[in-house]
Amino acid sequence: MTLARVMILHAPGTNRDRDIALACQMAGGDPEIVHINQLAAGSKSLEAYQMLVVPGGFSYGDDLGAGRLWATDLVHRFRAQLDAFVAAGKPVLGICNGFQTLVKAGYLPGPAPEQRVTLTNNVSAKFECRWVRLRPAANSRSLFTAGMEEDIFCPVAHGEGRLVAPDEAALQALSDKGLVALYYVTEDGASPAGYPANPSGSQSDIAGICNAAGNVMGLMPHPENHIIAQQHPRWTAGASGNRGLVLFSNGVRAAAQFI
Amino acid sequence: MERLVRIEVLPRADEAPTDFPLSDIRALGIQSVRYVKRHPLYFLYGALSDMEVERLSRELLADRIIERAVASDWDAPLAVNPGEQRIEVGLLQGVTDTVADNLVARAYLLGIRGLSAASTAVSYRIASEGALSPEVLQQIADHLLCNQVIEFYALGALPPHIGTPHATAHIRVETVPLRELDDDALLGLSRVRLLSLDLAEMHAVQAYYREAGREPTDVELESIAQTWSEHCVHKTFKGIVEYREETADGTREQRIDSLIKTYLQAATNQINAPWVLSAFVDNAGIIAFDEQFEISFKAETHNHPSALEPFGGANTGVGGVVRDIMGVSARPIANTDVFCFGPLDIPPEDLPAGVLHPRRIYNGVVDGVEDYGNKMGIPTVNGAILFEPGYVANPLVYCGCVGIAPRGLHVSQAQPGDLVVVLGGRTGRDGLHGATFSSIELTDETGETSGGAVQIGNPIVEKMVLDALLVCRDRRLYNAITDCGAGGLSSAVSEMGEATGVEVNLERVPLKYDGLQPWEIWLSEAQERMVIAVSPSNEAAVRQVCEHFSVEMTVIGTFGTRGRLLLKYEDELVADLEMRFLHKGVPRRTLKGVWVERREADPVLTPATSLGEDLLAIMAHPNLRSKEDVVRKYDHEVQGGTFIKPFVGLHLDGPSDGAVIRPLDASESWRGFALGCGINPAYGEIDPHAMAVAAIDEAVRNVVCVGADPAQVAILDNFCWGNPKLPDRMGSLVRACQGCYDGALQFGTPFISGKDSLNNEYLDTVSGQQVAIPPSLLISAIGIVPDVRRSCSMDFKAAGNCLYVVGETRPELGGSYYYRLHGEVGSSVPRAAAQGPAIAAALHKAIAASLVRACHDCSEGGLAAALAEMALAGRLGAQVSLQELPCPPQAAREDAWLLFSESLSRYVVEVAPEHAAAFETAMGDLPWGALGEVTAEARLVIAGLAGNAIDLEVTELVQAFNGHIGGKEQA
Repeated sequence: MTLARVMILHAPGTNRDRDIALACQMAGGDPEIVHINQLAAGSKSLEAYQMLVVPGGFSYGDDLGAGRLWATDLVHRFRAQLDAFVAAGKPVLGICNGFQTLVKAGYLPGPAPEQRVTLTNNVSAKFECRWVRLRPAANSRSLFTAGMEEDIFCPVAHGEGRLVAPDEAALQALSDKGLVALYYVTEDGASPAGYPANPSGSQSDIAGICNAAGNVMGLMPHPENHIIAQQHPRWTAGASGNRGLVLFSNGVRAAAQFI
Repeated sequence: MERLVRIEVLPRADEAPTDFPLSDIRALGIQSVRYVKRHPLYFLYGALSDMEVERLSRELLADRIIERAVASDWDAPLAVNPGEQRIEVGLLQGVTDTVADNLVARAYLLGIRGLSAASTAVSYRIASEGALSPEVLQQIADHLLCNQVIEFYALGALPPHIGTPHATAHIRVETVPLRELDDDALLGLSRVRLLSLDLAEMHAVQAYYREAGREPTDVELESIAQTWSEHCVHKTFKGIVEYREETADGTREQRIDSLIKTYLQAATNQINAPWVLSAFVDNAGIIAFDEQFEISFKAETHNHPSALEPFGGANTGVGGVVRDIMGVSARPIANTDVFCFGPLDIPPEDLPAGVLHPRRIYNGVVDGVEDYGNKMGIPTVNGAILFEPGYVANPLVYCGCVGIAPRGLHVSQAQPGDLVVVLGGRTGRDGLHGATFSSIELTDETGETSGGAVQIGNPIVEKMVLDALLVCRDRRLYNAITDCGAGGLSSAVSEMGEATGVEVNLERVPLKYDGLQPWEIWLSEAQERMVIAVSPSNEAAVRQVCEHFSVEMTVIGTFGTRGRLLLKYEDELVADLEMRFLHKGVPRRTLKGVWVERREADPVLTPATSLGEDLLAIMAHPNLRSKEDVVRKYDHEVQGGTFIKPFVGLHLDGPSDGAVIRPLDASESWRGFALGCGINPAYGEIDPHAMAVAAIDEAVRNVVCVGADPAQVAILDNFCWGNPKLPDRMGSLVRACQGCYDGALQFGTPFISGKDSLNNEYLDTVSGQQVAIPPSLLISAIGIVPDVRRSCSMDFKAAGNCLYVVGETRPELGGSYYYRLHGEVGSSVPRAAAQGPAIAAALHKAIAASLVRACHDCSEGGLAAALAEMALAGRLGAQVSLQELPCPPQAAREDAWLLFSESLSRYVVEVAPEHAAAFETAMGDLPWGALGEVTAEARLVIAGLAGNAIDLEVTELVQAFNGHIGGKEQA
């Protein structure tokens, strides 16, 4: 059986690419870490893949703002192939720095290349690594959250994860149009999440958003770091479930139709 | 037309009440400041149209949703809001400005070709009740906003700082006459050139050049000084010690031929563990992980740099130890860090001259570690933070790193004919004299004279080099590898070429800017550089890999000169040294050490406080209470293998004994490893031997608690001490080394690597006062966890479970937190527990058999603190009694020491009732006692000899433990 090919894009400073490769593999995909220099040189091309993940890390050291420089790569060097990939409906997932990149390149909420929202410094003004609970929005258009039956429990690790829309109307439109994919909720599953359940102070507790077609999604937390039972912070007390693997499984399943 | 544009990036809406902690400003005695807002500032230079400036602002500098860019010509008057004043801070010329470098490169990508240079800065807007005087503004800038080692500032508009100031320097190699110098002049030369060589060493240098019939060049002299520095050759640990010990039993004298050989390596050799693959010889120690992989571990210190520039010092401390791991061909997979600071609440006027406030050091160090570890994508999973007055002038920053590599791929023998290849960062003036600088005592003038010794990190470059090197390793493209650490290329290249000799063309070394003198190129400690030895047939392949990862690589020379170090600059020979002299010519030191036993009796206490109040006070002690607000700044989840995390329990705020990692590289098996550490300088004040034994015992306990097999635990030593030429300092160092030997042999835990940082003293040139740090030994442990699915955490799991204590409690309150709480030190410091190794082994078997629900060691704060931490972590209570606590039969039982004694090799264990019988059988004849049980009511009740000794709500414990440690104020 042919597996869906997943390109995991790597820029200087990317660091969760291997974590994601394991998640994609467990989800039944065929992941490959591709350096942007390979994309630039033409030795690799997006069209040979059915899914794209833009991973976390500190691309270009977060210089000039998280994701800013990588976004200029996407917009100024690879726009044609990325536009075609997105237009074809192939799944694209941005996680953490990858989410920041897709937002700043305008692919989220889209259409590119106009940046419509931003991800900026946490209200706490510091980097934080802690576990959060994510609930799919009832009207989420994202193919990644489709059919999710339970919340995801996974860590965040970022200092610039607060989603900010230019105004109230734009923020409202995100949720009205089904462009919010995931919300932070409290550990008990309640809303509003408040700090630290919403660790960044993100507006409306938004943890992840998608495009109108639902095939591009980004989120700040790291579902790839809860794919194994023993990654759960309370597994020694018998806690289990709420893994992040479902996002990758949904993505790989959607990608398979493009093989 | 070329122009210089100033761009300020301002928020569209000011959200935060202040961007800078006002508490820090108030700590300077300045009360009137209402807020400080910071925003980025850029200077762009080049042939730029208004439209191009606008486009750069929009696409690269300002986030259009929340920010706006304000561009002006640089000399336009600064628009200052009413009621605000400005301080602007920029980087000194020559200091790496990666943001600016990226900006110039990106402008080119956007098609803006006219931007030829850029620089970045920060503008602070300060509002206060009434305008601040220039003196007050200066005070704020000097103390809080600007570190003049790497930055400069202006009150008002910053003058632009673009250009290459060093470009005009004339390249020359000096000859330094020393053959005719007398002793005073030799010492003067050593001092003036920051060589840190003593008279015997200067005599050896003089003899060499008399023999050679010429004078040394500056390059040669600097090379010798670096190679012979304490940092690089460990003259104290390899020297001869005439040691005298005065105890109640009389005086004993001993001549010790090398501390490292006699105690540290000797322990490893005698233990002779088959799974130790490399100890003491390489950049890091290496043990077998399984048939397929090996694990490397190393811990370093970066104390002096962190004292002067906390962020940069700690930042490059992490970068350096990570490169040590890269230097054994491994992928870094976990970081550890331990810090020792002065008390955060010390009044500024009590600080010695020239010393940064501990709060500033603390903030900078934490941020520096966070920056490097997080950006490298390495989980930071274990550590400790201590606050003691003895660290005010000399903070300690220990950084550790663990790596994994397939077995058999690490090579370390350069072949004659191999090329000397340098990878990664460019070379600049940063970090000159770091190796020799670390061997001198700090004074209030050190910041000014040794500014160059502070280095600047760029973790992303190191990450890129790592990515490239791992590919080179897997394709076997190099024959030897080492990192550029202290001593720069001089240390790295000459060590690699010790056997073969090496020739280097210094002008080929890629520079950050022109104008470096040849000796500066050779000695620079610029960061993120690695050196590999590559056979000419592999050069093209290495180049291809480096291009793939955008890593700069340069061939700078060739190995194989029949034992000589030959350095050329263009066509001129600037150094010609025999490798044998360079590496073996340093005269051995003979040092005197004296240790006098402390002979005070323990105090008799009649405290006014209850034992419960004492427990809460101990839980809230700055050294013991939660460090969660620091630890959560570190990414401890990246790489997906952290199976026991730094914080565990119901609300994930219980302090884990150790971390357990299942490496991503080895994700096909369930094998993992645990990390732990032990450090307790308070014991060292009583007896450094006891401190060493206790640190080993604690490090072993930590890893055993979470599931490591004590038969497969390796340890690292890190000694931070005062000036070894002073006999009392040296004597305590000897005592500690003897304790290391005894402790390691007792537990069968070989040392696989170690490091010493000496001369942690501060000389206040104003008062003439000389202060040494408390002797501080850090023991780091790494232990194999055979099956990570059987690892264990310390939080109470379920009401009704049985509680046991394993190990003997003795009246050992010397150096305890209980005594400290009551202003005492005492002398009954915890001593080795003979049954410690048997307890660890039995407990491991029980944990591996899943008989144990929770396990926590008794350390600082004793049994009481251990129970309290387990209770707060699980938000469950306990009803326990001290009746069955195993104690020496002759000891007169008292609640206070039963609760708070810090006796070694003790564990509190939670066992489900159905496993109780099996657990008791497993503990057999070892000292163990049933304590009581876990209760649903969240209340810790400890019945003492008569009535309840302690009766506290778990919420009280949580509050005491989770109180803030006086870090950054949020508002």
